Amino acid sequence: MKTVALAGSPGRGKKFIAYIKRYWTLYLLLLLPLTYFIIFKYIPMQYIQIAFKKYSIVKSVWEMPWAANNGLEYFIKAFSNKDFINALRNTIMLNFLDLIFGFPAPIILALLLNELPFPRYKRVTQTVAYMPHFLSWVIIAGLARQLFAPTSGLVNNFLTKIGLDTIPFLNEPKWWVVTYVFLGIWQSVGWNTIIYLAAITAINPELYEAAEMDGAGRFRKMWHITLPGIRTTIVTLLILSLGRILGSEFDRPFALMNHMVNDVANVISIFVYKYGIQALQFSLATAVGLFQSVVCVIFLFMANALAKRFGERGVW
Amino acid sequence: MIKSKKSKVGDLVVAFFCFLLILVCLLPMLNVLSRSLSASEALIKNKVWLWPVGLNLDAYKLVLNDTKYTWSLVWTAILTVIGTCLSLFMTTICAYPLTYDKLKGRRIINTIIIFTMYFSAGTIPMYLLLKELDFLNRPVVLVVPYCLSVFNMIIMRSFFYGIPESLRESAELDGAGPVRVLVSIYLPMSTPVIATLALFYAVGRWNGFSDSLMFMKKREYYVIQHLLYLIINSMSNIEVTTQEGFSPPGLSETLKSATVMFATVPILFVYPWLQRYFITGATLGAIKE
Repeated sequence: MKTVALAGSPGRGKKFIAYIKRYWTLYLLLLLPLTYFIIFKYIPMQYIQIAFKKYSIVKSVWEMPWAANNGLEYFIKAFSNKDFINALRNTIMLNFLDLIFGFPAPIILALLLNELPFPRYKRVTQTVAYMPHFLSWVIIAGLARQLFAPTSGLVNNFLTKIGLDTIPFLNEPKWWVVTYVFLGIWQSVGWNTIIYLAAITAINPELYEAAEMDGAGRFRKMWHITLPGIRTTIVTLLILSLGRILGSEFDRPFALMNHMVNDVANVISIFVYKYGIQALQFSLATAVGLFQSVVCVIFLFMANALAKRFGERGVW
Repeated sequence: MIKSKKSKVGDLVVAFFCFLLILVCLLPMLNVLSRSLSASEALIKNKVWLWPVGLNLDAYKLVLNDTKYTWSLVWTAILTVIGTCLSLFMTTICAYPLTYDKLKGRRIINTIIIFTMYFSAGTIPMYLLLKELDFLNRPVVLVVPYCLSVFNMIIMRSFFYGIPESLRESAELDGAGPVRVLVSIYLPMSTPVIATLALFYAVGRWNGFSDSLMFMKKREYYVIQHLLYLIINSMSNIEVTTQEGFSPPGLSETLKSATVMFATVPILFVYPWLQRYFITGATLGAIKE
């Protein structure tokens, strides 16, 4: 109510009271969600200090002593830790491969589905293609382990039957990476077409008719109408995935990894889990997490700025 | 329009590729289903492809007799129901006020919320907070910390924006307050988005396991995916086989397949029914502020 007194003229004060009377319930509704965001998203940020401090279980975060080297000790430690450098490399490598192979996949599938002339069949295809999105990575790992098992798996049985060598899909680093990327596409490609298909329906059908009159075939229509029609969507999603190039999922590599492929499957989120939650090296793990968060934000900003420079809308 | 021969062939090629896609999506499921229904000897001899060999339900019986596993299924179902209700409630009361253009402070509240989408404190700060709150190893840690997703909130808000404002205004002229408008006008019209988000939240809880892995040390509270992870990696056996002191070769493989099926089937039965809803929902998420 102090604001009313400060607001000056009585007219404004009255208006404000009327406003509050009418809309106070909205603030009441927002109270709980805002409390949630403050407690679970903002209060944890105070613990970021731990990245620069020597963790102590008996002191509060604010009282812990600063770490050596102007508080940067744990960042230095991280970058001289072989495990972390490996995790950093793997994170970038796996995300990069996801970007190259996983990003175009739903676009291609959406174009394909758009060309499918049988509506019923199209619906069935879509329903089936969405299914993997609803499976957890633990389940997918379970499926993959049975399917790709070296001696008893369906795929290797098939390979043996047609006279080829078996492939260690999940047990050999190089093949593990291939399987990881493939399963990522398998899981998300159908689901990710939804947004592109929606964008395609928004394209003016007259454009296609006009193109047909001019004798354009399937591929010309795709290239000159459909693709430009969904360009904004593509760019927006591309920005978001570029922003995630150093982000790391936890479930996917964690569920798929095994001790034979630690060398390529160890990503930053797993590093944080191993060093922080399992080994209780809170300062080091927080430093690594902070590094990751900050780089992600920077990348997102850069990708966004880049898109705007090329005349696109960007994500904000 | 009469289609040319060339484009008809093209149609068939497209249809063929779609058929391949269906196969690639379904075959893994079919393979695991057959393995779970097969006799363990057939599995050992590599006879099982896409059809059960020596059809039997032993694996399912054993899994159902495993109290640890069945309890985990029930427990996760309980968490899923409670969590989904809580999440939907929180999402609604967060999204609805933000649709009022006249709401003072809307921009700043919006910024506070959206910011958390781009920058998060990270795993360890979250862990330390939960430790401070004494949430660790308690059931509440599996429900509350991630109960409100900004992304889902934006979906709901976009949907609310699509409801004509004139409806709200006329109700307000009749003296209805904002909450009344929400309950009697907005919510009844929002079935598609509520169904979509219920699906998203429920699937998220049912499929999630990293919170259980990181914040829960009590075995009886492990969520199903966490337990499944341990089973698949042979870090935990189905009780019965070890108790009886024998384990016929191959049985553990059929059992693994059966446990995978149990954790998968609930979702596979639900999502196709909600398809027409979640397509709208997933598309709304792309609309930006």
